[in-house]
Amino acid sequence: MLIWNFSLLKPKMFQRVKSPHLYVYSFFQQVGEVGLLLFKTFKNLFRKPWEKKIFIQQLEEVGVRSLPVVSLTAAFGGLVFGLQTYIGFHRYIGPGSETFGGPIISLGLSKELIPILVGLMVSGRVGSAIAAEIGTMKITEQIDALFSLGADPIRYIVVPRTLACFVMLPCLTIYGDIIGIGGGFFYNVYLMGVNRVLYIRNTLLYIELWDLFSGIIKAAVFGVIIALIGCWQGLKTEGGAEGVGRATTQTVVIASITILIINFFLSKALPASL
Amino acid sequence: MIRVVNLHKAFGQNKVLRGINLSLKSGEILVVIGQSGSGKSVLIKHMIGLLKPDKGEIYVDGVEITCLKDEDLHKITRRFGLLFQGTALFDSMTVAQNVSFGLERYTDFSKEKIQELVEENLDLVGLKGIGNLMPYELSGGMKKRVGLARAIAYRPDIILYDEPSTGIDPIRADAINDLIIRMKNELNVSTVIITHDIASAYKVADRIAMLYGGKIIEEGTPEEIEKSKNPVIQQFVRGRAKGPIENW
Repeated sequence: MLIWNFSLLKPKMFQRVKSPHLYVYSFFQQVGEVGLLLFKTFKNLFRKPWEKKIFIQQLEEVGVRSLPVVSLTAAFGGLVFGLQTYIGFHRYIGPGSETFGGPIISLGLSKELIPILVGLMVSGRVGSAIAAEIGTMKITEQIDALFSLGADPIRYIVVPRTLACFVMLPCLTIYGDIIGIGGGFFYNVYLMGVNRVLYIRNTLLYIELWDLFSGIIKAAVFGVIIALIGCWQGLKTEGGAEGVGRATTQTVVIASITILIINFFLSKALPASL
Repeated sequence: MIRVVNLHKAFGQNKVLRGINLSLKSGEILVVIGQSGSGKSVLIKHMIGLLKPDKGEIYVDGVEITCLKDEDLHKITRRFGLLFQGTALFDSMTVAQNVSFGLERYTDFSKEKIQELVEENLDLVGLKGIGNLMPYELSGGMKKRVGLARAIAYRPDIILYDEPSTGIDPIRADAINDLIIRMKNELNVSTVIITHDIASAYKVADRIAMLYGGKIIEEGTPEEIEKSKNPVIQQFVRGRAKGPIENW
């Protein structure tokens, strides 16, 4: 009944068991908890009242305030990717072939590197903040107070954050794509003297709109993962300040690993081109 | 109005409630007394549906609430106001936003009317004009009173107070006692109070129940409790360190 009290999912017989089975059980229990939270979030997505004010606050928190960190990581990601691509073409194909680095850089950045970098940066910055905020609310009984004052904690806390991450991660990825591809262009054209016209022509010739879209789809999935794991860890926080610290660390670790694993399966599942 | 039947609750190995039977009549003030950690807060959290019992039933006007879905439970909990022991003020909101939270969700009042009610309720607890402050700018006692204003703002039928006078000076504590009695007399509010403050309990209670060892060991009017021959009750109400209660 009380979806933030996840201990309800744990049968008593498992609470005292200390055996290897516990680890397997614990893994599936945690997957079940996140799955349940996802289900409840989706169900509450269409129920009124919508918490518009919190949603807008979260858009700013997730999106606008992540711009500096995304700018830096995307710029340097693009520069270093441009550097290695230049070396690769120059050394193995030969001088003059560096203009073909453009589409490689754009493809690699937009499909893989930028969505992952944005996902990891946002999980560190926003996921941990979500877990810390909700965890503090949990241990100071503010979640209980929400319930007692007629606000469903899932609808009030989880839904706006999940929606905001779902919307803003793709936006940050588009922004990161522009900065990253610009960084690769800057390194090759302005620092290494690659022909600008050929570089741009080759990029536009070989890159497809789908390459950008597949990265955006990944980013949207990563957004949901970050928000859900942050909320889940926050809602199950116990034990005061130490518990809040544990929840934030766990959020970053679990979200980062999940993003890397899911990314592989999404890369495999999404078609290479349409 | 509220009937608790054979309520059991354990946290791991710690059996906190071991078969509580209790009832609250309409317009009555019931005070539950007991040692720290005896499960008084756990009891009122069950009454509002914040905790689910391991065994037992809770009826609110004949409706069994322990098996209700969240949506149906919310319809029932709208009738409750709860003052938390640790105040549980929303620390990202101003005092006024805290007090108006329930009003915005439970009523169709205009913004102006809500603003007016917020001021009125803050005035009731002696905190007029602090609506723009944040909770971190308040003392412990002020937070408690803001929590009280938030709990009573939308005029619930049933108010649960978890240690309303803790952390408040004796004069303010007595003013809160008067406010609780006034709410009962003017609005026929049914009240459950958890407290250690025996003087307050004697002043406001229609009935007092003593929780000990996970059970209600005795209940009665303040006079009956005062004259009780149960040594546990006598030790507790007299505040003696020596007696049958050794586990303190």
